[in-house]
Amino acid sequence: MVNQTAPAAGAADEVIIRMEGVHKWYGQFHVLKDINLTVRKGERIVVCGPSGSGKSTLIRCINRLEEHQRGRIFVHEVELTSDLKHIEHIRSEVGMVFQQFNLFPHLTVLENLTLAPIWVRKMPRAEAEKLARQYLERVRIPEQADKYPGQLSGGQQQRVAIARSLCMNPMAMLFDEPTSALDPEMIKEVLDVMIELARSGMTMLVVTHEMGFARTVANRVIFMDQGEIIEEAEPETFFNNPKSDRTKLFLSQILHH
Amino acid sequence: MSVATASERSGAGRSPDLPPPATTTGAIGWLRENLFSSPLNTALTLAALYLIYLVVPPVVDWALLSANFQSGTSNKDCVGDGACWTMIRARFGQFIYFRYPVEERWRVDATFLLLFGAIVWLLIERTPGKLHMALFLFVVFPPLAVWLLFGGLGLATVETALWGGLMLTLVLGTVGIVFSLPIGIVLALGRRSDMPAVRLLSMVFIEFVRAVPLITVLFMASVMLPLFLPEGMSFDKLLRAMIGIAFFGAAYMAEVVRGGLQAMGRGQYEAAMALGLNYWKMTALVILPQALRIVIPGIVNTFIGLFKDTSLVLIIGLFDLLNVSLLATRDADWAGLGSEAYAFVALVFFAFCFSMSRYSLYLERKLPSGRRK
Repeated sequence: MVNQTAPAAGAADEVIIRMEGVHKWYGQFHVLKDINLTVRKGERIVVCGPSGSGKSTLIRCINRLEEHQRGRIFVHEVELTSDLKHIEHIRSEVGMVFQQFNLFPHLTVLENLTLAPIWVRKMPRAEAEKLARQYLERVRIPEQADKYPGQLSGGQQQRVAIARSLCMNPMAMLFDEPTSALDPEMIKEVLDVMIELARSGMTMLVVTHEMGFARTVANRVIFMDQGEIIEEAEPETFFNNPKSDRTKLFLSQILHH
Repeated sequence: MSVATASERSGAGRSPDLPPPATTTGAIGWLRENLFSSPLNTALTLAALYLIYLVVPPVVDWALLSANFQSGTSNKDCVGDGACWTMIRARFGQFIYFRYPVEERWRVDATFLLLFGAIVWLLIERTPGKLHMALFLFVVFPPLAVWLLFGGLGLATVETALWGGLMLTLVLGTVGIVFSLPIGIVLALGRRSDMPAVRLLSMVFIEFVRAVPLITVLFMASVMLPLFLPEGMSFDKLLRAMIGIAFFGAAYMAEVVRGGLQAMGRGQYEAAMALGLNYWKMTALVILPQALRIVIPGIVNTFIGLFKDTSLVLIIGLFDLLNVSLLATRDADWAGLGSEAYAFVALVFFAFCFSMSRYSLYLERKLPSGRRK
């Protein structure tokens, strides 16, 4: 029942992420089983599935926050091996947004945004600050630049986290349940920013339970269970005409509560 | 909404805001709440007052009211039962500089003026040019201080055997503090390293040094080390004591810093890594600034302990402030004035340690790490 990658955008498009037969174990526990996935430039892919299905682990393998033990992962044709130079290069090219925001609490919002451009990209401070203010504008919180993360609401913090990744001008963005730690009234402000980002053509791989978001912006939805990709389809097909029973069960649980 | 707003409560015609009863606010309220809230509390308060009455007036009388402040040359110049501060006055130069030649003492003054000036400059928030001052303190100042204190290049050489008193205590304390923190940080990082050899070395060093009393370290540095060195090769006793103290302090500091590193969540590491920062940038820019702030009380605690422990160098024959005061009590001219000498030493130590402690409290309040989500 494992689908092969179905190109949603034109096949000629640049491949950004390619996973070939990736396996991962936590001790004895087989958390990722034979993952094959290709993400092309501009694609928006939503990964969903029950908790413990390996979806977070999957995207965390892409920037090597988790190490895979079998198979190969390429990001923009650079293979992820234990070579630190490659890992650091890939991390600087792929943004990641975490469930718990993980802003740096000892730095102001502006300093959070300029840290990596200055220290990884060697950008002059003034230029980095200009860039940071542009992105704060884009996530609609330009007025919070000089505050500390602890003074912001959860929704604002997550938008700062998105802007922080964007400041590195990434070729793809990974989102690890970006709205799961938010109060309900703040989810929308974060999703709006993500939708806008998707419209701007950013390549996105999003682990989320927000099925509305998947319907609106995804061009592919991936359903995972017990470490496997069970189903992979366009949102239209995925929601209206799921093939596997496990997908049907999951959708009925998540959509009718 | 069941909670009434303030404007609703003070609405005209209805219950106006009344001041609280006089017995619950102000001095009376404070006394009632803090000193006389229960029979037991009242009894404790009275007992404490009685103790204060027993101790404080005689001490004030001895140290201030009946004390001798006039100058003199021996204990015969002191009159009455009060303290004889005359002795401190007469031997003040020795307490501060020990045998450092009188005509060269300006060099000690200059060194410590520069040191305290630079430190105060760095510690006060609103002074400009902090980076230049830090560069001066950590790059220019150390060789400058060695030149000023020791001599050479145009200045008369003053052997370290002549150093002593408060000056020696400060030299040992400053060197210990300045070196123990960076070495301690390196050891703490080493102990958490992924590289087994680095981890093992750091751990062995920390555990070994912590398991040994400072006196033993000093003994080893001053007595045993020369035995292992080839004949004719020796280095300064003071230098050996400094190295001993710095590494001893570093082992304790390493454990304090490790506590701070331990308290950091995985998320901070992951966020820093995900942005492409390498290990050293992540450690220097994201992890250490937060980890060190968490353990400021522990760091300052170690500093204070280290500063006071410098007095143990008397065991290897160095004349720090405490040892100089012991010398004073053995002087026939000033026989029987031990209390004055020790009180003076205690006061000097207190002044330094208390300032460090207050500054650490101020730092904790000031730094934004207090604002957690």
